[in-house]
Amino acid sequence: MHNFDFAKPSTLAEAAKALQADGAQALSGGQTLIPTMKQRLAAPSVLVSLTGIAELRGVCLGDGGLHVGAATPHAVVAKEARAHYPALAALAGGIGDPAVRSRGTIGGSIANNDPAACYPSAVLASGATVVTDRRRISADDYFQGLFTTALKDGEFVTSVIFPIPQKAAYVKFNQPASRFALTGVFVAKFANGVRVGVTGAGNDGVFRWAEAERALSADFSASALSGLKVDPAGMNADLHGSAAYRANLVKVLTGRAVTAAG
Amino acid sequence: MPKDHGIGAATKRREDVRFLTGKGRYVDDINRFGQTYAVFLRSDVAHGRIKRLDTAAAAAMPGVLAILTGDDFKGMGGLITAWQVTDRHGKPQLEPRHPVLAEGMVRHVGEPIAAVIAETEAQARDAVEAIEIDIEALPAVVDMKAAVEAGSTQVHEGLGSNLCFDWGFIEANKAAVDAAFQTAHHVTTLELVNQRMIPNAMEPRAALAEYDSGTGQYTLTTTSQNPHVIRLVMGAFTLNIPEGKLHVISPDVGGGFGSKIMNYNEEACLTHAAKVVDRPVKWTATRSESFVTDAQGRDHVTKMQLALDKDGMFLAVRTETYANLGAYLRLFATVTPTYLHGPAAGGPYRTPLFYVNVKGVFTNTVPVDAYRGAGRPEGTYQLERLVDKAAREIGMDQAEIRRKNFVRPEEFPYQTPLAVVYDSGNYHATLDKVLEMSDYAGFEARRAASAKKGLLRGVGFSTWVEASGLAPSQLIGSLGARAGLYESATIRVNPTGGITVFTGTHSHGQGHETAFAQIVADQLGIDASLIEISHGDSDKTPFGMGTYGSRSAAVGGSAIFRATEKVIAKAKKFAAHLLEASEADIELADGQFTVAGTDKSIAWASVALAAYVPHNYPAGSMEPGLEETAFYDPSNFVYPAGAYVCEVEVDPATGKVEIAAFFAADDFGNVLNPMIVQGQQHGGIAQGIGQALMENGVYDDEGQLLSGSYMDYAMPRAEDLPMFAVDHSCITPCTHNPLGVKGCGEAGAIGSPPAVVNAVIDALHRGGHSHVTHIDMPVSPSRVWSAING
Repeated sequence: MHNFDFAKPSTLAEAAKALQADGAQALSGGQTLIPTMKQRLAAPSVLVSLTGIAELRGVCLGDGGLHVGAATPHAVVAKEARAHYPALAALAGGIGDPAVRSRGTIGGSIANNDPAACYPSAVLASGATVVTDRRRISADDYFQGLFTTALKDGEFVTSVIFPIPQKAAYVKFNQPASRFALTGVFVAKFANGVRVGVTGAGNDGVFRWAEAERALSADFSASALSGLKVDPAGMNADLHGSAAYRANLVKVLTGRAVTAAG
Repeated sequence: MPKDHGIGAATKRREDVRFLTGKGRYVDDINRFGQTYAVFLRSDVAHGRIKRLDTAAAAAMPGVLAILTGDDFKGMGGLITAWQVTDRHGKPQLEPRHPVLAEGMVRHVGEPIAAVIAETEAQARDAVEAIEIDIEALPAVVDMKAAVEAGSTQVHEGLGSNLCFDWGFIEANKAAVDAAFQTAHHVTTLELVNQRMIPNAMEPRAALAEYDSGTGQYTLTTTSQNPHVIRLVMGAFTLNIPEGKLHVISPDVGGGFGSKIMNYNEEACLTHAAKVVDRPVKWTATRSESFVTDAQGRDHVTKMQLALDKDGMFLAVRTETYANLGAYLRLFATVTPTYLHGPAAGGPYRTPLFYVNVKGVFTNTVPVDAYRGAGRPEGTYQLERLVDKAAREIGMDQAEIRRKNFVRPEEFPYQTPLAVVYDSGNYHATLDKVLEMSDYAGFEARRAASAKKGLLRGVGFSTWVEASGLAPSQLIGSLGARAGLYESATIRVNPTGGITVFTGTHSHGQGHETAFAQIVADQLGIDASLIEISHGDSDKTPFGMGTYGSRSAAVGGSAIFRATEKVIAKAKKFAAHLLEASEADIELADGQFTVAGTDKSIAWASVALAAYVPHNYPAGSMEPGLEETAFYDPSNFVYPAGAYVCEVEVDPATGKVEIAAFFAADDFGNVLNPMIVQGQQHGGIAQGIGQALMENGVYDDEGQLLSGSYMDYAMPRAEDLPMFAVDHSCITPCTHNPLGVKGCGEAGAIGSPPAVVNAVIDALHRGGHSHVTHIDMPVSPSRVWSAING
């Protein structure tokens, strides 16, 4: 790891200012950033920790649904969202291992937008709103491909507002080594239709499976998917699974998520 | 004698007190005054020519004390290999120079090019980044079959070939074997890959080198399974340091699995560097370095055939294997795929004819060497997959085909057609035991229950035998070994009766400190708490060969047994004198020397004290002291054997395999400590399941290791494994060592992979996917799904 300066602001304004510095990098739980720095693959000159800002932490019901502060660790979401949005809580409780869940945060996860991370599927499938220090961004506009988001330089996520669906479930199939999602599917049924968010599989990051959403909006059952096919052309391929295999997983796991949602 | 401390007692491991309370002392825990740090510049290409290497700017960086490159080692020896394999044409193996630091060429990713020695680790790392280097990348050769084709890129220019050896075992049998295939009733053919494994010991390799410029004495503290071997080969062949000037210590070591047998570039480099900077130098591998520098395992591509008669009796086996050696030969590189692999083609069967051909191939990949089981897992996997396929093809039950072909209990000692003699065994007994443990008869009901959940259930067998307990020196010498493989022990009785046992083996997870004390406690009838085990220090222990090849109990334990016998013989002289009796009348039981047939006795501790207080010995008749050394050279290998059954559930929609149950019935001969043995069974099976289902060292065409971190290299975790049911009650004692022990360290890793893969194939067949005849390891979800849908 190279040397760096460290700032830990206690207000949003201080954080925004600190992030203006040359080579500044926001730090939340550090579960991706710190290992990357230890390998000298990243060398920010200033790390700006966001976890000391009280208003970025916590889970509560509010306008538009469940508000999750960006610096809220996964383990807290797993516990505190359970009564309000059990599928989201279950997803948070299945990320990584206990150490990762105690430090890693939702804001860090969706700012990084790893194509195999769990949270982006829930944010997208829930039609959530990503709130930053300067604006609100709909989930459909926020995720823009591998490790790419709508965030501008120096902009940081402050919270995510999740509309609460009638039914929902997340089913993840682990990549055997990293235990990230080789494919993960989040299905959310709202009064006005069903949304399906898929992580791990797409070669351009998290995506919605539109055909499945249409079929499930008409008939919320696994059998509604039977005639559908996922095109392997849009799928990722690596050591752990071909594009065709991931396309199969998208369909199988969507069906299982629908069944789990009940 | 306290029964809970002797041979056969499930004594808790004394070493666990320090390991579990954070008091273990590993190389990286040790720090010296004035210590400096080494960081290595490593090749990021698999094959290339170093056009420019300029260390001037780096040498001027803060804290930098020295930068070593290949030029600093040019006049010295390279890293040697311990076995001379002669190939089927009578040619010796090709042995390219293996430099400590690259000399103009790099031949695998991770090869060390330069070492920076600096005041701090961070300064050394900064300076490594400042070294100016220009490597002209050359085409890499990764695929073994391509490597031996004419016109292929040469890993070592000037060597003439990438084919290190083309070994036939036994060459004289070839014609008879081929003839048997001509006339066989049925021939089963299987082509398979035994994938590259990366050892992943929990503790990364580390070294701390010191030099005393006042005495010329070097001290190397290193993560080794065999400190005396390191002292010998590094001192004599690489750095030209006589043994007396080189002290090698292996303190607590966190797992080896074979990868810490070898003498490594970093150890030699640091030892030399300590003299150059005249200060202690430390290096601890990062996990990323471990992935590209620890000797890797397996990596065989094999075509194998079995000839059967109309009754399912095996007539002949022939194999052709390409064995990847990587870019350089490490210590056991050539014996692992040959003499440790070839005899495994016999297995527990009476097959009369064998021919094993192995082509050892250089590639631009990390060197391959011994990895838990070393050759025997590869041979066992091939054979047990082949037998499984043969049984399917001829429609015979998997247990039946094995039972029918087993060496029979009354045939021991059994001269195999593959040069070795199985001294004892009862393969029928272990098979019967595992069938009972696994309720084989009730399998169909379990299969039906799985089917109700939409899962395909299968059952797989593996019956195996290994030649371990390395090794009878005369035999291996005749086969090309450049060293003997005896073991040593010194028993030092202290004046108040306590004992220190010095063993040439090394414990890095095996529990020697507990089990070896049980041997001596059993012989003397004293409490094991009076006995300390000292290992891992070349200045303390007699010359010994270390721990690998399931040899520590069978060979090292036997040396301890023999040395203790010598101690008892001498102690009886003292006892006879003290009891005023004839030496022949002295008996030792429960820590008391007694004159036979009388009530005259004296305690062990009193005899020990008398040995060191020679006030009233008869003049000139007795030598004071009570300390004896024995070297034990086994007359044969030992032959642990077992029968394993694995049941799996396969999810046909995702291809995911769950191990539903795993049963192991092993014959390890006599058992010193059943709790430790069961732990070894568990660990070995877990490692074998890791290979069967998860682990995979994959290189791309440019020689880059694609699975070079835990993001892509899948290690098994507790959640991936069932509770194992293990048994070692079927005992046929080894007939040629004094303890009757065989060895258990590698068994699980040898026997389990084929049981798992056979179970998956069985599940697919029973589930209607009988077109799937084989899936290569790791049997990952995507591979199973592709096989079903392919």
